[in-house]
Order: sequence, then C-alpha cells, then structure tokens
Amino acid sequence: MSLRNCRTVKVLDVSPVGQSKSPGELFELRLQYPDWDGWKPGQFVMIRPTGWELDLLWARPFSICSSDGESLTLFIQNMGRGTSRIGKLKSGDTVTMWGPLGNSFAVEPETPTLLLAGGIGIAPFRGYVEQHPQPENLKLFMAHRLPLDCYPYALLSKSVSSHCMIEEKPEDLDRIIDTMRDRIREYAAQDGLILSCGPTPFMRTVQRFALEFKARAQVSLENRMACGVGACLGCVTKDGEGHHVQVCTRGPVFWADKVEL
Amino acid sequence: MDMHVSFGGLDLKNPVMTASGTFGFGMEFAPYGDLTKLGGIVAKGLSLKPREGNPMPRITETPCGMLNAIGIQNPGVEYFITKALPYLPWKKVAVIANLYACDAAEFGELAGVLAGEEGVAALEVNVSCPNVKEGGIAFGQDPAQIAKVTEAVKKWAGNKHVMVKLSPNVTDIGVCARAAAEGGADSLSLINTLSGMAVDIRKRKPCIANVIAGLSGPAIKPVALRCVYQAVKAVDIPVVGIGGIASAEDALEFILVGAQAVQVGTANFLRPDFAFNLVDEIETLLGEIGATSLDDFRGSLQLPL
Repeated sequence: MSLRNCRTVKVLDVSPVGQSKSPGELFELRLQYPDWDGWKPGQFVMIRPTGWELDLLWARPFSICSSDGESLTLFIQNMGRGTSRIGKLKSGDTVTMWGPLGNSFAVEPETPTLLLAGGIGIAPFRGYVEQHPQPENLKLFMAHRLPLDCYPYALLSKSVSSHCMIEEKPEDLDRIIDTMRDRIREYAAQDGLILSCGPTPFMRTVQRFALEFKARAQVSLENRMACGVGACLGCVTKDGEGHHVQVCTRGPVFWADKVEL
Repeated sequence: MDMHVSFGGLDLKNPVMTASGTFGFGMEFAPYGDLTKLGGIVAKGLSLKPREGNPMPRITETPCGMLNAIGIQNPGVEYFITKALPYLPWKKVAVIANLYACDAAEFGELAGVLAGEEGVAALEVNVSCPNVKEGGIAFGQDPAQIAKVTEAVKKWAGNKHVMVKLSPNVTDIGVCARAAAEGGADSLSLINTLSGMAVDIRKRKPCIANVIAGLSGPAIKPVALRCVYQAVKAVDIPVVGIGGIASAEDALEFILVGAQAVQVGTANFLRPDFAFNLVDEIETLLGEIGATSLDDFRGSLQLPL
C-alpha cells in the first residue's frame, strides 16, 4: 500500500491551448486533485501514465500550474516522446503521480516582485499569482516564440500588470534581452524580488543581469530527471561552491547567485 | 507464505532489496512506503572521500532502459555513518553499504571504517562500475583483481557479510564469480550495468557527457538472467539477482534460476513505491503459480533433457 504521496489519479481532460503551427503543441492536462494538504508555486510533480509500457520508463516532471481544490492543472509543451504521448491521454485515463516535489518561489507580499517568464516558463506563475496575498505588487514580463494565445497570458494579465514580447526574428532577441536588463536593473534598484522560469538560456540571461545589478533573483531550473526524489542524481546542477546538487530536491528554484548555469 | 531469506548470516524478511544508486540512502523513499517492509536497502555507492561524480548530462532514457554515468557521486563514508545511517531503521531492515574505491588497499580501508558499524548488515563491493576512470570496471573484468579486492575487504570487514557485485561486461561471468568466491566473498550480486552509448543525430553529440555509460532497466533483463544462471552454476555461494526487474514475474524468474534474493534498481524510477509493492506482488504471484514456499521454488528450473 503506497502512502498518499504517490497516487494513481484520473485524467479529467486534455485541452490544446492556442493556435500554433503544430496543433496541440501546448496543452493543459487537468488531473483529479490528489489528497494533498496543499502545494506551493514553483513545486512540481512527476507523472507517468499507467498505460505506458516499458519502452518509456521515467515519469515526466512538470511544474504545478494551478488547482481549484477539485483538479490540478499542468501546462505542457509537446517536446518529445513522453509529452507527445501525454498529450494523447483521454478523460478517464489514469496516471501515477507523486508530489508536490521540490522547493518553491519566495513570497514577499509587500515587495515589488517581477515575474520573468520565458515561454512555457509561465506555467508556475499562474499558481503564484493565484496564491499571492497582494497581487497588486506583482508584474509579469513574458518573452515567447509561439502565438500569445498558446499561453495562459491573458488569464494572468487580468490579475497583474503585464508586458510581453515575441521573438520572431533575430533582432527581437536583442530587444528582449535589453528589456530584461532594464527591468532587472529597475527591480534591483528598489530591492525588489525577481522570479524567473523558462529555458536555460533565458535563465542564464536572468542570472547574468541579476549578478550585474546585485538583484535578488530566483531562477527555476528544469533538468532531465528520473526519480524526482533526490535518489538518481541525474538532474544535478552545480551550486555556488561547485558541488553537484539535485535540482529535484534542492531546487527547482535557486537564488541566481547560488547556482552555476 | 514465508518470504524470509537467510544466507551467509544475512537475514532478510523477504527477497526484495533495492539496488545501489537507485534508492539514495533510503530516506528519500520514506514518504512513499514503509522502509521496514523491504528485505534490504543497498545504499548509494560510498567512497572514503566525497566524490562529485561526472559532468552533466549524465542520464538519458533509451528504449526499455536508461543510461547513466553518475560516476559514484557521494558525500563520503563519514557522512553516511554520521548523517544517513542514524535515520535508517536498520534494526528492522538490513542496510547494506555499497563500497567503491580505486585499489584493493583503499577498498580494505573503507571496509575497515564500516566494520564496526552496528547498523550495517553487509558490505557490497562494487568492482563493476563502468562510469569511473579509476578502478571500477577495470577490477570487474580482471578475475585476479576481483579476488584481490575481495580478499582485502574480507580482511577488514570484521564479521560483516561481504557481497561482491559483478559486471556483465566480461567474456565469462563464471570465471569472475569463481574469483570472488575464491577471494572469500560470502555472496555475489549481479549484474551491474551493461556498457552502452546513445547519440543525438541533430546535435551530433553523445547524449551523455561521459560518452560511454551504463545501461539498466528491462532492456537488460535477459542478459542479467543468463549471468545469474551461469553464476549460480559456477559457485557454491549465494547469488543475488539484479537487472531489469520491473514486475513480480521478473523477480521470480531470477529466483527460479537460483537467486537467493533480488535487487530492484531502475524500476524504482517507474514509481517510488515500486519496491514496496513488489513485496506483496511476489507473495501473491507465488501463490497463484502454486508454489508452496519461496525456498521450494528457488532454483527449481527444469532444463530440457
């Protein structure tokens, strides 16, 4: 009999989000809410469809996007064999899920807080905004490649001040980087908090400017992982002292000055 | 059904152990099951001094398996003794320390450090890691070195049970098994990972920074079963079966060819309560197939005439 941390839960629905060139490239997976006491934004779950044969062994890690007490929503980009199969799940299918795993983003209700999202990295910020006691102190900046309606941006922009930039051509990237630099400098000057999630190059950019301006910034890392519980040592990154540390249990959220990217 | 297993002074309440490197120090899995339900916990590989392991990326998924080149990352034996062992329920479940060192003398020293630790039921000697430049598989492919390392560990292990973990990356597993037995091993465990490789044709790069890595998972089970079968025939000491066990049926296949117990590795990543569930599943399956006891079933493979 497994303890409640690892459960089999039902798929409630799988819904494509937005219109990209590859239909269903981004989708929401809504699962039956597990019997958890709660979770914190930035934490993640491991899920493995119970119908998977042994050709794919590992569960896949996903940030928790949001929940309403009845369901748990994950926001997923179809990136490979695992996520493409997860996107084909149907209502009533079941997945093995364990979590909530890892640490979470800092919450300082009174502090001006900048949320920096790179594409799919917007996922944990939906839950962050929903759970934040003073969302008026939050501001969202998002950089994206797919059409904006592929992301839950409109939903978030109803609750917090927000700004987005699309990267369609090489010069867009320069403008995005310049904007990130300006925003990070601005928040560093007011001792604000900067929280970021996105692809590794995006995290490196955040880290570079956070170190330059001595900003208090957190980066959420994603890494290939097999177990999610700190055992396999496959997801490690280097901490500020050069030691390998598990992203799954010591992260996924790290202070930008305490990790090597 | 009586699931108890006893060999060479090592008492396990059932034949399910967890394989080194796949179960952390055990406590990582405590939120997912009762550790005392297991037959044994083999802790992650320990060296005298902390090791950072290999650079990233160091794991990748392959069809029905995975490759890893962790490189024995561990915080060192003193950390294990002072920080990890006290939190393990070692009075109720056999805790086995897995040892890694660069030469026979260092293996002996490491065994000596652990010899007096009441909470350690046995020492598993890793002469088969494919992911380290020093020692590792080089020992496991040389019968003389296997015997030498085993002798060194036995000399310093006090009254601890010594289990030698063998590599499948050899020409004749029976020769290696006999070398360990002649060195004084109380038991053998096999197999460690098979040497493997994966590449990315788009990036034109290896999937693992170390290039060559160790293959585990269901993909290796037939090789593991063959090795265990051959080792059982080659030596008189007990053999513990490891390699691709992902169901109760898989586990009983190893018992059928003569394994005393099994270790579950990569399947711990299928779901973190896998090993805990396996204990019940083995007992149920034994009943379903009409076995009267684990001992009667063990080694009862009927070969063609």
